Amino acid sequence: MAVETVRINNSGYRVKHGLLRRITPLTEHEKLFEIMLPEGESLDHDPGQFVQVSLFGVGEAPISICSSPTKREAFEICVRQSGRVTTAIHKLHEGDIVGIRGPFGIGFPVLPLEGNDVLLVAGGLGIAPLRSLINYIIDNRRDFGKVDILLGCRDPESMLFSSEIGHWQKRIDLNFCCSVDHAAPEWAGNVGVITSLIPGVNLHPLKTFVVVCGPPVMYRFVIEELLKKGIPERQIFLSLERHMKCGLGKCGHCQIDNIYCCQDGPVFSYQKLKNIKGAI
Amino acid sequence: MHQALLSKRRLADFVSYLVSGHKLVAPVPLQDGHFKFDEVHSLDEISLKYIPTILPPKKYFMPQRSSLLRYDLSKIHEMEEIVELEQLVLFGVHTCDLAGIHCLNIVFSDHPKDPHYLARNNFITIIGLECNDYCDSSAGCAMLHTHLPKGGYDLFLTELSDSYYIHINTQKGEDMVDESSLFDDVTRAAEGELNLLRSRKRELFTSEVPIRYQDIPRLFEETFDSDVWSQLGEKCLSCGNCTAVCPTCFCFDIVDEPELDLSKGERLRVWDSCQNEAFATVAGGENFRRKRMDRQRHRFHRKFKYLMDRYGRLFCTGCGRCSRSCMAGINLKRTISALIEERG
Repeated sequence: MAVETVRINNSGYRVKHGLLRRITPLTEHEKLFEIMLPEGESLDHDPGQFVQVSLFGVGEAPISICSSPTKREAFEICVRQSGRVTTAIHKLHEGDIVGIRGPFGIGFPVLPLEGNDVLLVAGGLGIAPLRSLINYIIDNRRDFGKVDILLGCRDPESMLFSSEIGHWQKRIDLNFCCSVDHAAPEWAGNVGVITSLIPGVNLHPLKTFVVVCGPPVMYRFVIEELLKKGIPERQIFLSLERHMKCGLGKCGHCQIDNIYCCQDGPVFSYQKLKNIKGAI
Repeated sequence: MHQALLSKRRLADFVSYLVSGHKLVAPVPLQDGHFKFDEVHSLDEISLKYIPTILPPKKYFMPQRSSLLRYDLSKIHEMEEIVELEQLVLFGVHTCDLAGIHCLNIVFSDHPKDPHYLARNNFITIIGLECNDYCDSSAGCAMLHTHLPKGGYDLFLTELSDSYYIHINTQKGEDMVDESSLFDDVTRAAEGELNLLRSRKRELFTSEVPIRYQDIPRLFEETFDSDVWSQLGEKCLSCGNCTAVCPTCFCFDIVDEPELDLSKGERLRVWDSCQNEAFATVAGGENFRRKRMDRQRHRFHRKFKYLMDRYGRLFCTGCGRCSRSCMAGINLKRTISALIEERG
């Protein structure tokens, strides 16, 4: 008649040990963590999926995977110092261990993109999840048509992955264009919101798939511009930011209407989202 | 055997039989006409006539705090996935609460399954008890089709004039009936009495709000932008009582609780509420249901639309707890009536 403690098999809450192999500061608030699973096990994720990163005693936080699955021996996450868990993660050192659950969710539509032109639109921290897709495309570049990347951020100093972006800009098989909200006079690039870049993109609307990833406020304006270009609703994909606590479609935090972002998303087509109240 | 009779004078012996085997939990009285499920040792502690308990039996299936993992940082992040369980018999569960348990079972059995929740199933025995009359004016069980038994129990008791009619739904129930040797065969008179009671119930329990079960999701779909929601938002205090007492609310948070020396601790599942302001807030500070109106509408839509889309059943059992416990007087049946009226 007493309380028994029973061990559970196949618990969705079990974490794997992730070894922090390399930590690279990117900006004042963001760091890049390269993580290796035990015995070099591959995370085997899709671009656009996320993991739950945890520190026992502190808690868990959902973080997008920002490396391509073509890089198999380790994966990367870009963490902005924002809450309790991410602040604790920022204090870790190379060689420390974090808990990893996942990957979770439905990522970017890699297969429908193949054989088509691709326009990728990233705002702010949205470049982190999109980087998983960009590097996937680069590693499989022959399978895709024309690739355009638009990036918007607050100012040149807050730009993530700037040295990598330098390489993207040099490639002849990517068209990269960037705009900042404000910058010092010596900034040679564009100044203005990201939507101002869309009209200038030379694209064939019916054979172009668009993937948008950025802060919630950006979506409505970007979609408006894309629709003006004649891109069909089913060819526009958005990654939604919500607080996924369990990742298993149960806890309710990431719910919008009858969908759970953690399992049904975070990536959805605009065709699906436009009818869901409260989604964008 | 699928039915049996238990003479009323033997009910105390049956309760004693149950107590001799396992922890027995049943409705007991509190002050001011309230009740709760709690451990009992004899029949005289149990309230056989009770309005829905403050907390539903959910607290035994999905406790307010339950362990998911135990970790030990001194042993290189060693962890153990666990559930803490206790054999218990739930006695006197009304049909609305049986429906609530059923809803939770569906959610946690859906992929990805939750073995922490599901492990409890074999540890809890359920003995239902029929309501022959309405408990109070907050009940909406006829609207939600939960006023008659539809499974979800091992044994189910219906009070007749001098005995209880027992429906036996599982082998576990049958074994209790056999082992206790307190039950008789069903008589024709008892069958007749049960049929009479059920037909009287069908007349007494009619949908409390002028709407049919199958039309409820569409009502909510069509009234998303109704003024009723802003009126609710103005009243709501965002206290979360309604979700805590709801037999089908299962939202939770995951928190770590270290021991004092920080080397060991537990990762826990604790109840959370979509009514809390921070529930849908993300790291950057954006809150997707910032207004109380948004959060109340979300709660209602979860009960009557969203989870219907997902699981094919309404997630309201009509128990009336949210209406009884609301400090601001938000009433579920009046809200649905207002939506019907506004839609016309």
